[in-house]
Amino acid sequence: MVTTTNITKTYQKGTVKAVDNVSFSVEKGELFGLIGPDGAGKSSIFRMLTTLLLPDSGSATVAGHDIVTDYQRIRSKVGYMPGRFSLYPDLSIEENLHFFATVFNTTVKENYHLIEDIYVQIAPFGKRRAGKLSGGMKQKLALCCALIHKPTVLFLDEPTTGVDPVSRREFWEMLKRLRQQGITILVSTPYMDEASLCDRIALIQNGSILSIDSPQGIADAYPSSLYAVQANDLPRLIHVLPTYHPHMHSYLFGEYIHLDTRGMGGHDLPEELTRFLAAEGFGDIEVKPIAPTIEDCFINMLIRHDT
Amino acid sequence: MTHREPVISAEKLTKRFGDFIATNEITFEVYKGEIFGFLGANGAGKTTAMRMLCGLSIPSSGRATIAGFDIYRQTEQIKRHIGYMSQKFSLYEDLTVLENIRFFGGIYGLDNHQLKSKSEVLIERLGLQAERKKLVGELPLGWKQKLAFSVSILHEPRIVFLDEPTGGVDPVTRRQFWAMIYEAAESGITVFVTTHYMDEAEYCNRISIMVDGRINALGTPGELKRQFNEPSMDGVFYQLARGAKRGD
Amino acid sequence: MKQFITFVKKEFFHVLRDRRTLLILFGMPLAQILIFGFALTNEIKNARIIVIDQAKDEASRRITNRLAASNYFEIQEDVMDQNRMEAAFKEGNIKLAIVFPAQFRNDLIHQNHAQIQVIADASDPNTATTLTSYVSSIIQDYQTELNEGNGLPYRITPEVHMLYNPQLKGAPNFVPGVMALVLMLVSVMMTAISIVREKETGTMEVLLVSPFKPMWVILAKAVPYLLLSLVNVLSILSMSVWVLQLPVAGSWLLLFAESTLFIITCLTLGIFISIKAQSQQVAMLISLMGMLLPTMMFSGFMFPIENMPMPLQVFSNIVPAKWFYIIVKSIMIKGVGLEGIWKETLVLCGITLFFFLISLKSFKIRLE
Repeated sequence: MVTTTNITKTYQKGTVKAVDNVSFSVEKGELFGLIGPDGAGKSSIFRMLTTLLLPDSGSATVAGHDIVTDYQRIRSKVGYMPGRFSLYPDLSIEENLHFFATVFNTTVKENYHLIEDIYVQIAPFGKRRAGKLSGGMKQKLALCCALIHKPTVLFLDEPTTGVDPVSRREFWEMLKRLRQQGITILVSTPYMDEASLCDRIALIQNGSILSIDSPQGIADAYPSSLYAVQANDLPRLIHVLPTYHPHMHSYLFGEYIHLDTRGMGGHDLPEELTRFLAAEGFGDIEVKPIAPTIEDCFINMLIRHDT
Repeated sequence: MTHREPVISAEKLTKRFGDFIATNEITFEVYKGEIFGFLGANGAGKTTAMRMLCGLSIPSSGRATIAGFDIYRQTEQIKRHIGYMSQKFSLYEDLTVLENIRFFGGIYGLDNHQLKSKSEVLIERLGLQAERKKLVGELPLGWKQKLAFSVSILHEPRIVFLDEPTGGVDPVTRRQFWAMIYEAAESGITVFVTTHYMDEAEYCNRISIMVDGRINALGTPGELKRQFNEPSMDGVFYQLARGAKRGD
Repeated sequence: MKQFITFVKKEFFHVLRDRRTLLILFGMPLAQILIFGFALTNEIKNARIIVIDQAKDEASRRITNRLAASNYFEIQEDVMDQNRMEAAFKEGNIKLAIVFPAQFRNDLIHQNHAQIQVIADASDPNTATTLTSYVSSIIQDYQTELNEGNGLPYRITPEVHMLYNPQLKGAPNFVPGVMALVLMLVSVMMTAISIVREKETGTMEVLLVSPFKPMWVILAKAVPYLLLSLVNVLSILSMSVWVLQLPVAGSWLLLFAESTLFIITCLTLGIFISIKAQSQQVAMLISLMGMLLPTMMFSGFMFPIENMPMPLQVFSNIVPAKWFYIIVKSIMIKGVGLEGIWKETLVLCGITLFFFLISLKSFKIRLE
């Protein structure tokens, strides 16, 4: 449904490289995630695929059409929700929806079934101006507006940025239901915990893709074993842990410190480390092997990237 | 915490906008050197509460002192003893690293001698020697945020308020940022932080969760997880905020 | 077409829901007309004048008494000679002087015709015209009374001299000026800002990624402002006719047609600015500095172009408002038809076409 081949985009006359030789493809009906921090190049990729920007080099197609030559066909087939709030704050919910339906040459009635699930949640406030809605409601309305013309491919650029965890969770529920309707969805996000909700993801940093696979596949490919460590004085633990082994890499992860054992040899870590920490005066020590999350994988890739 | 000297103490702090009660009788204390996580759904009233605590907005009722100063009458003193950094505005993009440090240091009344020595130390600690004359706009987001945080505590405030400081930052930089927060807390600066990352909630000594203008939960991450019988802070937050009636 | 109509409708919502926009749209022309109309041409009371009565006969005395009785004038007591009069004008002590010739009554009775000299300080043209018309009507009154029941009509002709500014430049001509100014503000600035606002809020991105042709997005933006500007033209003209009593001498239809042309000129300018500007502030600054300022300076409305240095006179030719100002003045005041203003009309058309073409050329179907 979407393919990109070695696309590159630079800004300011080539001095700033936003997207560097990126290739990936998205199958029909897939929920594909572009995961990476701000400034990684996610929005630039989306803008090229939605024909808003021209790539410096490389090529890409959306729904079988070339993004440079066939841009008009693409524009009538895709739905796009930019990162910024992109509705008219002085129009009501209903007016916004009707406006976008007409601009896309359709009516609200024709495709209501597509948005019904989402729209019923905001319909009671139909007369309220979009500017006066809560973050979660704005997001739902923006999604309705992007969906109303029954796009074959939906591009959602950081739809959950700055949104609280509860609204984020609701939003992903909606995306799952949309995928069941056969719409191909590309979504970008800086939140690593959302990656596991996608069919496949591309981890992206500094304009290049670090890895593309299913979330499970990426976790399985983690090159070493990972442990979670906890003790009664977490702040001190951060300083003490690295002194245990020179090659060890450790970092905070929620209430634990995660420990990457790459280059440490195959000794029995949990017991030895517990003894070491006890000798350092810690109590309530817990050391357990864990399965890596996407965030662990991302951190691991960044570190490997740097060294 | 061994030292229990309150740096922020709020009692029934309330802010009304007409009929709308943005912040409804919130009561809590934050102690010296503590990292206090201030969580809540969008529109729960966090921003309003933070504005009052920074002396930017006068409460409708209730009582609060910040670093010992009254938030009704001594807002000027409060502003001199706090630092503030947010994701949205932190530094001037069109000024260089050094110019930003000098500017913000100057605002907080550091003299030339202090400014000079402090900016040297700061630049060296952040490893920005090569970038000191670069415009802040040209730095990667993660560096910008770290620089902004350092600048916000340059004048050694009693409390620093951080409004979603790590939004959109990559996971490695996010952790480096938290290492800086820990360091600041160890040096005795109280850290008051909001975030949408629930793993970061775990890094706080204590957290409060606001729902519809009220503080519905307050305690250490461990206490809250036990209280709500959830394995993670994410679950605790979800349980509390799911019932929220209003948004921003 | 349905898309286009929806778009125009949406644009009207934007305008009608923003109080500031509404205020600029409708409050400003009203305020301008009232300020220019009343602050500058208000009824004049107790203007200081002198009467140089070389006749000192019954007729001259009676006219003088009438002048003194009206509360428009305050006659300076000391009678001065012709030389002293000029000095008084220069010092600004008097606004008007009336000179009765020596044989005033004699002429009137024996020749049935006499003349009175009315000399006004026309450096303030509005006051000068008002005052002379007051004098004329008072003389007229006296003449009518004199003629009652009389076979032969007596005729008194006031011979008016405007000192310093014989052509009365800039007199009731502010209405065309206000029209140019208001249309410029509404059409250029508001259009530019409203397009750039969509860029800022990100809605432009969504609109570009839609089957709706990008150029139509822009044109749809222009339609509401065209209509609103026409409403402004109508309101300014109605006020000038009914409130300020300045009638339109020429054809209303022609006036509206020319106004529409000028509005379209302004809209293309606004669109051009909006293509170049990335933020509302920039659009506003360009509109104000690049459009409104030249309109005030070089349209001939506030400062006569003839008195400017040559380079500025040449520059004034590329200011669309100058041509519009000439056109409106000709139609409203002189009652000229299209045959008298076709050259100016052609120049406006040229400017419009020029900006339309470069807008079309620089218009982007993508973001960068």
